[in-house]
Parts: sequence; C-alpha cells; structure tokens
Amino acid sequence: MTDRPRIAVVVFPGSNDDRDAALALEHLGADAPLVWHTDQALPAGTAAVVLPGGFSYGDYLRCGAIARFSPIMRKIASFAAEGGLVLGICNGFQILTEAGLLPGALRPNASLSFVCRDVPLVVESSATPFTTRCEVSQSLTIPVKHGDGCWFADAELLNELEHNGQIILRYGQGANPNGSIGDVAGVSNADRNVFGLMPHPEHAVDPLLGSTDGALLLGSLVDAARLSVGALV
Amino acid sequence: MRATVLVRPKPGILDPQGQAVESSLRHLGFEVADARVGRLVDVELATDDQEEARTQLERMCEQLLTNPLIESYEIDLGGAG
Repeated sequence: MTDRPRIAVVVFPGSNDDRDAALALEHLGADAPLVWHTDQALPAGTAAVVLPGGFSYGDYLRCGAIARFSPIMRKIASFAAEGGLVLGICNGFQILTEAGLLPGALRPNASLSFVCRDVPLVVESSATPFTTRCEVSQSLTIPVKHGDGCWFADAELLNELEHNGQIILRYGQGANPNGSIGDVAGVSNADRNVFGLMPHPEHAVDPLLGSTDGALLLGSLVDAARLSVGALV
Repeated sequence: MRATVLVRPKPGILDPQGQAVESSLRHLGFEVADARVGRLVDVELATDDQEEARTQLERMCEQLLTNPLIESYEIDLGGAG
C-alpha cells in the first residue's frame, strides 16, 4: 500500500493528452510519470499504465496501427498479461485494439465529421477497476473529440462481449456521436484489467471544465492502483 | 520486385467514405449502385522470387497493412513490375 500509487502515462509521437492525463491523475492522488514510447521498461513500482489520447504517428495507415509496435508496447502487453491495469483513452483505445489487447476495432465516424462535444454515457458495469466509484446505470457527462471513434465488432463478437459483461460504457440513448455498434463507448478485456474508451475522462475532472464525472473513472483507477502496488513491476 | 497490395473494407463493414463518394457520383449524374473506398500500397521488395514475395506480403498484411477484423486484402505481383 502506498499513498500515491504510480500510474505511468505513455507518450507516443503525436500524443497530445498525455499531460492532461498525468495532471488529472496527480490531482486524484497518483504519481503519474510520463514514459517515452521507446523506453524498454516501465518505471519501478508502476501499478497502472495509461495510454493517452492524440494522433500517434499522424494516424497513418489506421489509428494506432503503428504505435502498437513501439518498444514500450511489448512491456505493456506483458504487464497486462500478468494482470496489470491498463487504460486506453481515445487514441490509446485505438492502440489497444490494434495491439489485440482489447476486442473490436475503431473505424471512421459514420458522419465522417470530427466530433468534439460533451456526451452522456451510461455505466454498464461497476465491477471493473475503472468503474468502482460508479453505479450501474449511472449517467456520466464526459467529452469526446475524435474522427475515428466508430467501434466495430461483428455480431458474434458483440454477443460474446455482451454475454461476458465486457461492454462497460455506452453512449446515452440517441446520443451516439460516431455510429459505434451497440452504442458502445468503452470495452474491457475478459479479465477486466484492460479498458479502453473513446470519451476523455481527463478532460472532466474539475468543475471549471463543466463536469467532474471523469474523476469517477480515473479515481477508480487510482483506488485500484493503490491496492495493487507491489504486485507487479 | 514491385508489388501492389489492395486493402478493402470487408463486406458488411460500414464505409462512410464509400457512401459519400457514391452520393457525390450520383450528384454528378452517374448511375452508381455502390462505391467502397479502400487503400492501395505499392511495395518495392528486395526479392525477385514470386513465391517468397507473396509470403512476405501476406505477413505484412497480417501484421500491419490490414486489420483482419475489418479489412480484406489482395496481392498483385503481376502488372506492377
């Protein structure tokens, strides 16, 4: 146990929400060092990893397709395989799907327009390390800002994820900003230690920003990281 | 040798770019039933062996050039050379 669990924030070339994520995590009680994508190891004592939003490698080829081969991603894959907590926000979510650490794929928004606005979300599960501070069916307001947020899974995969309770967040009814299948906004892996979402919780942690609902998600992660310190790296 | 890889959104995958192109073509007066937009990658390979080239290109497609969940690919070793 430690007062300020270490949550590493990875910086890829083209990441642009790394500092916001680190600031939000620090504000919520974590120690949040930035980790460069060419690093071979995570800082000692890392209890969780955040892959932030942005446009890694210019979104060339497919969003996240190139960043997934960064040296640090090998370490993150083994960290996740050992049960380490990994959160991907927006571009971080895209990188995790491309890396096969999360199910599905992110496609261009159905509207073909970049969307940047607050969206209502519905919490589908509070039984994950990322949502313990939330309640099932709770409504959250958190901004999105993306051009490629249309999460896709074929019918069979979607069924399986629904059945396993891996759909963690959905957009509120009629408020899907990108055309994602099943209004999915965030999914986890089967073990629930890896989670990705398109909305940006780090932009909703202070009343000045219009909402503090993002703090419920990031705060849950800080709580979980505090409990898991010493277990892994 | 030179090769071309064609990457397409799989059937059934929503292709908003293709829909926008189809709609624009209709506005121009063309009778178009459907349009899909993919990607083309020209690759200059060190090898001149067709079989070796195909094996390498398939691995490239599986690892990087396509996301097999949403895209299919076609390798063209002819014509390009």
